[in-house]
Amino acid sequence: MSEARAAGRLARALDSDLFYSFRRSPVAVFSAAMALLLVLGAVLAPLIAPHDPFDLVSLNLMDSLLPPAFLDGGEWTFPLGTDNQGRDMLSGIMYGARISLTVGVSAVLFAVIVGTVLGLLAGYAGEAIDALLMRIADVQLTFPAILIALLVDGVIRAAVPRDVHEQIEVYVLIFAIGISRWPQFARTVRGSTLVERNKDYVMAARVIGLSSVRIMLSHILPNVIGPVLVIFTLTLGLAILDEATLSFLGVGLPPTQPSLGTLIRIGNDFLFSGEWWVTIFPGLALVAMVLSINLLGDWLRDALNPRLR
Amino acid sequence: MPAFILSRLLQAIPVLLVVGFIAYAMFAFVGDPVQIMLGQDYTEVQRQALIHDLGLDQPFFVQYAKFMWRAVQGEFGISYRLARPVSGLIAERLPATLELSVTATVLSLAVGLPMGVYTAVYRRSWLARGFMVFSLAGISLPTFLTGILLILCFSVGLGWLPSFGRGEVVHIGAWWTTGFLTLSGIKALILPAITLGLFQMTLIMRLVRAEMLEVLRTDYIKFARARGLTDRSIKFGHALRNTMVPVITIVGLQLGMIVAFSLVTETVFQWPGMGLLFIQSVGVADIPVMSAYLLLIAVVFVVINLVVDLLYYAVDPRLRIERSSAQAGR
Repeated sequence: MSEARAAGRLARALDSDLFYSFRRSPVAVFSAAMALLLVLGAVLAPLIAPHDPFDLVSLNLMDSLLPPAFLDGGEWTFPLGTDNQGRDMLSGIMYGARISLTVGVSAVLFAVIVGTVLGLLAGYAGEAIDALLMRIADVQLTFPAILIALLVDGVIRAAVPRDVHEQIEVYVLIFAIGISRWPQFARTVRGSTLVERNKDYVMAARVIGLSSVRIMLSHILPNVIGPVLVIFTLTLGLAILDEATLSFLGVGLPPTQPSLGTLIRIGNDFLFSGEWWVTIFPGLALVAMVLSINLLGDWLRDALNPRLR
Repeated sequence: MPAFILSRLLQAIPVLLVVGFIAYAMFAFVGDPVQIMLGQDYTEVQRQALIHDLGLDQPFFVQYAKFMWRAVQGEFGISYRLARPVSGLIAERLPATLELSVTATVLSLAVGLPMGVYTAVYRRSWLARGFMVFSLAGISLPTFLTGILLILCFSVGLGWLPSFGRGEVVHIGAWWTTGFLTLSGIKALILPAITLGLFQMTLIMRLVRAEMLEVLRTDYIKFARARGLTDRSIKFGHALRNTMVPVITIVGLQLGMIVAFSLVTETVFQWPGMGLLFIQSVGVADIPVMSAYLLLIAVVFVVINLVVDLLYYAVDPRLRIERSSAQAGR
């Protein structure tokens, strides 16, 4: 029974307008394939990566700074070469992409939750709250998000002792990047909430005596969440870049938990001695990831925009 | 018009006060300046005296007001890391950042604008398509990676240009230093300016192209053609002029992004500007430098927003009418 229903759902999804426009767009299919490949590589890193970069026993300094396998002196055990500690670049990139994706996705989810809740409140809970929240959002939008994230990170760095800080750095980054990106979500949700709140179904829900919280969460929320999905995708690309930038600047993830940005930072030290692969391969992975997410976001925005149909 | 300027100025004040408040709160609650200034050996009497001297025993808002008053006069205290007055540190780094940012902006306009016009006018040519592919790369490349790639090509590979520092600088006046007057200074500027300007360049190009295509479709262009004006006068006299309105806004607002990403560029190229100073301060939680930088940036951003609003207002006559009718309706 449930299997039949699931099959029916799949069939309906494959028959939908969205999937049709997806199939028709070669860019979307290509970028989805690239994103899928990168995400799979990142998620399955512990299972499929050729080496474990965190397993210190397996590291051999004799293997350090080997060039990629297709160059002279490279070995096929390390297809993309090794870094200064003899870690396999390919495995490092897979694990790094895993951390980059985790931080990026969590940060955007955090921004979505904060932004959606505050946006609903601003749109539904009256003018005083609306004015206050939107003024805060305005002030924050005056500054580039990366500066805000940098500042939040800096303040937390100053407030907690160094040894504690290293352990919680991932969460600090998620918080800093998330908090720097909430106003856009709040503005979008507020805009559509202002439209929805005057519709008949909200009136009806109010008449039967539902609480404001219930009306906001189970009646208005499903009707305003659509545009959030598009901004989610586009913000994800930005958040991953934010994290990479912070880590590159040396105020992000430490070398013990290397994200793609940290790997590029490490590689930057070897640029002048000719070991370009330590920088370039993580850089390529980062660009491929961000590019495919951005292209998918662009496509989604156009596909969900009724005016363009 | 004066009423408009005044209202924008009034809107800017709360922004500055809020940012000042955050900057002050960082001072007051993060880390303990008394502890830092006293060092290891001190008596309770000394501690109390210092607290009194610093005014830390006064009510919070009195302290905040004093902080803002000193900030207005350019005093931000003493850097924890370098043990020197913050105002002096920032003043000696300011010229480097300004020269880099201005060069990057000019570069992005000088290259981005013609490329945008070209891709809009000769939409189907191969060169235009090449520009579009190039712009896609420019938009997806993070700034620090652009810098690294340029260093790899032109410093490591070809050895043409230096990869760090400002080269030789010339002192002008009491505290201004410039790299424009020496060959090594100009050489050192090239790569950082391209790095910082590349994203802006591609953005301006895409924006100009999109706007120009939009304008070329409008009725008055058709009428201009019907009147028998030359192709050149239509494209550059009529179309380009109307393309400029949104471009001014975006370019203005993007100046803020240039300031933000000068942080990244300065780190990649070890450019001795304010951004590098700030990053080094964040790393060791040097709060006075951080809060001074924050306030300074806030002022820069508020000024940029104000100037953009005014320019917009001056360039687009429709806005004046809309605004006055909206105010009449209210």
